[in-house]
Amino acid sequence: MSKRIGMEIALAAAEAAALCRPDVIAAYPITPNTHVPEHLSEIVAEGRLDAEFITVESEHSAMSACAGASGAGARAFTATSSQGLLYMAEILAIISSMRLPVVMIIGNRALSGPLSIWNDHSDIMSQRDIGWISLFAANGQETVDMTIQAFKIAEHPDVMLPTNVNLDGFQLTHVVEPMLMPDQEEVDRFLPPFKPFAALNPDDPVTLGALGLPDIYTEACKSREEVLLNSKKVILEVWKEWEEQFGRKYEPIEPYEAEDAEVLMLTMGSMGETAEMAIDELRKEGMKAGLLKLKLWRPFPFEELKEAVKGAKVLVVTDRCLSYGGAGGPVALEVRSALYEEKKRPVILNYIIGLGGRDVMVDHFMEMIRTAAKADAERPEKAYEIYGVRE
Amino acid sequence: MAEKKWPETWQEVNPGCIVFRPGSSRDYHTGTWRAERPIWDNSKCIKCGICYLFCPEGCISEDEEGYFAADLNYCKGCGICAHECWPGAIKMVGEE
Repeated sequence: MSKRIGMEIALAAAEAAALCRPDVIAAYPITPNTHVPEHLSEIVAEGRLDAEFITVESEHSAMSACAGASGAGARAFTATSSQGLLYMAEILAIISSMRLPVVMIIGNRALSGPLSIWNDHSDIMSQRDIGWISLFAANGQETVDMTIQAFKIAEHPDVMLPTNVNLDGFQLTHVVEPMLMPDQEEVDRFLPPFKPFAALNPDDPVTLGALGLPDIYTEACKSREEVLLNSKKVILEVWKEWEEQFGRKYEPIEPYEAEDAEVLMLTMGSMGETAEMAIDELRKEGMKAGLLKLKLWRPFPFEELKEAVKGAKVLVVTDRCLSYGGAGGPVALEVRSALYEEKKRPVILNYIIGLGGRDVMVDHFMEMIRTAAKADAERPEKAYEIYGVRE
Repeated sequence: MAEKKWPETWQEVNPGCIVFRPGSSRDYHTGTWRAERPIWDNSKCIKCGICYLFCPEGCISEDEEGYFAADLNYCKGCGICAHECWPGAIKMVGEE
């Protein structure tokens, strides 16, 4: 039976990963995810988990070790942040192309420079197009749940894709929260042992990661694209199974007071909980404001988004990342593309918020939503605004 | 049905492009890339095998008499064997 615990979320993520019985963990420490692999190394050292813990010399090696382990049929896990994720970049794309279901926790952190250890989403956003499934947790419970779900989604025979679970650095990784931690029997019931599609074995040789000449490369890309798009079906199934077994519901876009909302805000990650409080305050004032919390970033839930915004006049998209030289934040770019062909669509405003650990308070969200509410009549001049930037 | 050289449609691509038949890279004859081929003059060859050791393709082999020759299905004509052959027994000759 699940046990109610109070624990730092990074440690809880490690406990959740351990419950999934990974065979190989290869990780290199980098703030703010460090406590995840550090605690896993303790769990292995204590003998609670029978796994190889590989203390590699870099993130590039961490992800390479995961690729090798997964290719040999092992359940592999790693965690990283920021520059560490960028150092893995070369292998990230290879792992998804080889359909190796590695699971990774990303304690999201800003990219340098200036050197910042604090949170935003610029690390994962720089790696958004490399064919991984990306989930975003809003709190400790979601982190625990998504970590376990990630293995089941990644290893599903119709998916076989690497999956990352994103949690905001410090704002989640270093915060102590109450959570329900499933027990081993529950997780074993939910997550069957990993059955690899093919594994490296001298007795039955296969080639992984072969050369793709121009005659085949395009078809290989199309095959990757199809499987990632189709993985949404499995993700929804796995979330349904989770809900049936554990009673906690997951959906690609979680609505909050959204049903009759004229002004909707969209958030990803931990800021959703702060934004909820802003919505509560605005509702008290009589404003029809609502919130959409995006939990599934890749594959992007196009249909669910269209459905979720169809009654709204204004949609405020928040981004914790800026696409330099582009048209705002990556989430807003995706949302605008998703809704462009719709005959009836809300006015879309994009606020870039919370860069490099900048706090965004309830009042700030209220101000953004109040400003946006006027945008129905007066369309904004700019496609996006970096909220609160000192001028 | 004869096995296809590679999948024609994306639906035929194995998950992860995994190749289940070992040694399939031999089917791809990289020798077609060659602009020059190595020719051995066995009167100068001292059978030291330096060409065999340096060939990056591993396509040079030793015959029963101890002389060496390249498998032209895989020799890309890089010329490393000719460069390394200190008795000067290998010449690179242009492909017609």
